[in-house]
Amino acid sequence: MRAAASRVLPMTTTPIAAKYETVIGLEVHVQLLTERKMFCGCNAAYADAVPNTHVCPVCMALPGVLPVINRKAVEYTVMAALALNCEIPQFSKFDRKNYPYPDLLKGYQISQYDLPLSQGGWLEIEVEGHEPRRVGIERCHLEEDTARLTHRTDAAGESHSLIDMNRSGVPLMEIVSAPDMRSPEEAREYLVKLRQILRYIGVSKANMEEGNFRCDANISLRPAGASEYGAKVEVKNMNSFRAVYHALQHEVVRQTAELDAGHRIPQETRGWVEADGRTVSQRSKEQAHDYRYFPEPDLPPVTLAPADVDAIRARLPELPDAKMRRFEGEYGLTRYEANLLCESRARADYYEAAVAPAGAGADDASRRYAKQVANWMLGDFARLLNAAGSDIADARVAPADLHALIALIEDGTISGKIAKSVFEAMFDSGKPPATVIDELGLSQISAADEISGIVDAVIARNEKPVADYRAGKQEALKFLVGQAMRETRGRANPATLTEILKAKLDAKA
Amino acid sequence: MPDLTDLTVHAAAGLLAKREVSSRELTQAALDRIAAVDDRVKAFVTVTGERALAQADAADKRLAAGERGPLLGVPVALKDVLSTAGVPTTCSSRMLEHFVPPYDATVVRRLAEAGAVSVGKTNMDEFAMGSSTENSAFFTTRNPWDLERVPGGSSGGSAAAVAAREATYALGSDTGGSIRQPAALCGVVGMKPTYGRVSRYGLVAFASSLDQIGPFTRDVRDCATVLNAISGHDPGDATSAPVDTPDFAAGIDAGARGLRVGVPREYMPPTLDAGVRRCIEDALRAFEAQGATVDLDLTLPSTEAALAVYYIIAPSEASANLARYDGVKYGFSWQRGESMWENMEETRGRGFGAEVKRRIMIGTYALSSGYYDAYYLKAQKVRTVIRREFDAAFERCDVIVSPVTPTPAFKIGEKADDPYAMYLNDVFTLPVNIAGLPGISVPAGFVDGLPVGLQIIGKPFDEATVLRAARAFEQTADWHMRAPALTA
Ligand SMILES: [Zn+2]
Repeated sequence: MRAAASRVLPMTTTPIAAKYETVIGLEVHVQLLTERKMFCGCNAAYADAVPNTHVCPVCMALPGVLPVINRKAVEYTVMAALALNCEIPQFSKFDRKNYPYPDLLKGYQISQYDLPLSQGGWLEIEVEGHEPRRVGIERCHLEEDTARLTHRTDAAGESHSLIDMNRSGVPLMEIVSAPDMRSPEEAREYLVKLRQILRYIGVSKANMEEGNFRCDANISLRPAGASEYGAKVEVKNMNSFRAVYHALQHEVVRQTAELDAGHRIPQETRGWVEADGRTVSQRSKEQAHDYRYFPEPDLPPVTLAPADVDAIRARLPELPDAKMRRFEGEYGLTRYEANLLCESRARADYYEAAVAPAGAGADDASRRYAKQVANWMLGDFARLLNAAGSDIADARVAPADLHALIALIEDGTISGKIAKSVFEAMFDSGKPPATVIDELGLSQISAADEISGIVDAVIARNEKPVADYRAGKQEALKFLVGQAMRETRGRANPATLTEILKAKLDAKA
Repeated sequence: MPDLTDLTVHAAAGLLAKREVSSRELTQAALDRIAAVDDRVKAFVTVTGERALAQADAADKRLAAGERGPLLGVPVALKDVLSTAGVPTTCSSRMLEHFVPPYDATVVRRLAEAGAVSVGKTNMDEFAMGSSTENSAFFTTRNPWDLERVPGGSSGGSAAAVAAREATYALGSDTGGSIRQPAALCGVVGMKPTYGRVSRYGLVAFASSLDQIGPFTRDVRDCATVLNAISGHDPGDATSAPVDTPDFAAGIDAGARGLRVGVPREYMPPTLDAGVRRCIEDALRAFEAQGATVDLDLTLPSTEAALAVYYIIAPSEASANLARYDGVKYGFSWQRGESMWENMEETRGRGFGAEVKRRIMIGTYALSSGYYDAYYLKAQKVRTVIRREFDAAFERCDVIVSPVTPTPAFKIGEKADDPYAMYLNDVFTLPVNIAGLPGISVPAGFVDGLPVGLQIIGKPFDEATVLRAARAFEQTADWHMRAPALTA
């Protein structure tokens, strides 16, 4: 399992860590996008629901109820595990994790202890300026979410804790990394990459701010070159990737100072206090729970035959790294471009649809716009989306219309400059480029006679520059082209216009 | 007109089918009987008279419309561990004294669909932990054969209700003998089906890997009939077996000829009560007389370990199953504390009785880090050994026959202060739960006026053979037809 983290390169992105090596492992919990809860038939999508409306006897933990495994959640976990290069054992089971807390309605959480659905995978990350590295994935298992507690103080000043059971029993996947990260930068990169993969395969919204992607970090320092790990500090309460990054940076600084001062770092759990930008001690090792795990007697073991796993593997979409490499090769994109275009599956899908719209065939001819589509998507399109604060998935411009727009530039119907205005109009209205051009009267004048008339008029009105050109002054030609372009309000194809102008000037010489 | 409270299920169904009696009359008779004797027997925690009469009227309508069914219109009593929508389900605990569930257990739903009329909820040892109903937080049920004695437990209320003719049949639950032992002590038929045969959904959990629901009836044929109605795979219980339910009543009259009966040496120890021994030996002779062969040399060497295995696995599972009773969501809730944690602790301290707390503590200890391997894991390994020993025994025989309890019913209070002596009452029954096998208790005689039960154990999902053997034995005597003097 550990062989996964084969290429451990020294990282010194946080200068202060030079004397000590930072060791980070991350535990990520993500809610799965299944229709139903983990062990009952309740709707799992509770985001906008009135509290305690997505409930039934099972997820309310009434006396006598029993859980039934949601096969979809198992499938999603296996999908994620396969995407993280994990092994899927044939035999897996659920266990009870016992601890008392009012948000844990049964008094135990159904989780997985020694035989998780998957283990032993890896995830490749790349911090800018460094070689890509593999971070080991120790396990990827399935459990259930707890209810949500909110604490309120009423008008009389009395405090109440309210329970919303809508979240109780929502499928939760836990992904535990190996302690393979060596800097807060790597931790952040790991999270970004993990989120990207989970969204690609569509098993989770993976949104940390919404609470459906949660991260706890284990961080320790050890003298550079040491082989044993230092005392592990678990950091909780981080609500964004930024918070994880800052909390870990803070811990590196704090633990370094402690070690420099000759203090021992106690094994403990600390909470990140966003407002203060620091972590505070919450629980020492001695106060740690004994979860008294034991096999869940209400659920038979989960058996997954190799054929079941293969069937799930076959449904996996192309993953970001593979897609990126393909984009580089197939479309001649730079790594930078491919990386940006593959950031989300929606963007990558859009790109491919715009390069080769349905019905256009997959031949070379249809892919000749690969570079232009990339330029548009990473240029004007990205700028407009950014300004509108929206996502490509919601863009009104159809991929085929972007393709059509580029075709209109290529065949000289409009100039590249005009195309920018056309695209803006398309972005706002969602209309195809031909309609926009028609409505705005922006089609390029390419007919030679129309241009010819304009050129004649320009020659007639500009005796001096014409004479200058004929005397051999090339700058005069530029001036005349500019004048003619102004006459057409930019709608003439500059190449055609220059050609006609030159022919007329040379002929009369 | 016969005494309506004395009828078997099939006799009652026969009269109902012929429209010689109405469900309302049957139900009223049961309710009258409860009113007459239950202040002495104390079998019921809740009597649902009005509901029962409404259900009876509904059953009469179905009967009038031409519908017939073996349970349609027949009164039943339910152990108060089965969830009943709109009817308190207390588990005989202060913790759930006022708890009214919003849903029906699968077996309750199945009985309702079959047209059963539920007259009430029966007393039990708190959360099914005990062998005498003395652990009920409310009161102790009396043995109808001797009101100074216990009816057994934990399903003592259901057994006593059937014995005292307060219901035609009843449902109970059996985790370590909780159906068979009270059935034996009260002189009625009681069966624990194979683990997985009957859905546990809505059975308030004590020990999830051992619990199983089963019937109390006056005879074996009724037992098969009720089992037919409650068996079958339930998508709501992942441990309910996806197997077909045969008609258990179909082959019960095939007799015992050729049946290989095995008696484990460990189940006939020298310490066995002489009267009980005599009853069992008589039963074995009756089997032989019917053409069965009896093998007295069977051995189940790990029998002695079963008690230890049981008292690790059952409390371990219970310690988790009972964690939900914290006063936050439902049930008893102490709210006078300074903090949330204090309230949760006080709720459990005050809401649970001594035996429940003892088992939660044992289970919590057995699962603790550092002890898990020595206790829980070891117990699971021995559990496998016990299963294999049964498998090996069933290579040599079709059914295993034994006493149900080492002695007849003991006096109320006699063992109340000695949990270990109480636990010993279940030595012959709890290995059957550990191995997940079907087992039945049938009346097999009397010692000093107290009933003695014969246990017949079968292979997994071979209830049919168990019932056939039990029926064959039952017909050699009239033990099952006798009623306690209470009814005379
Ligand atoms: Zn639910």
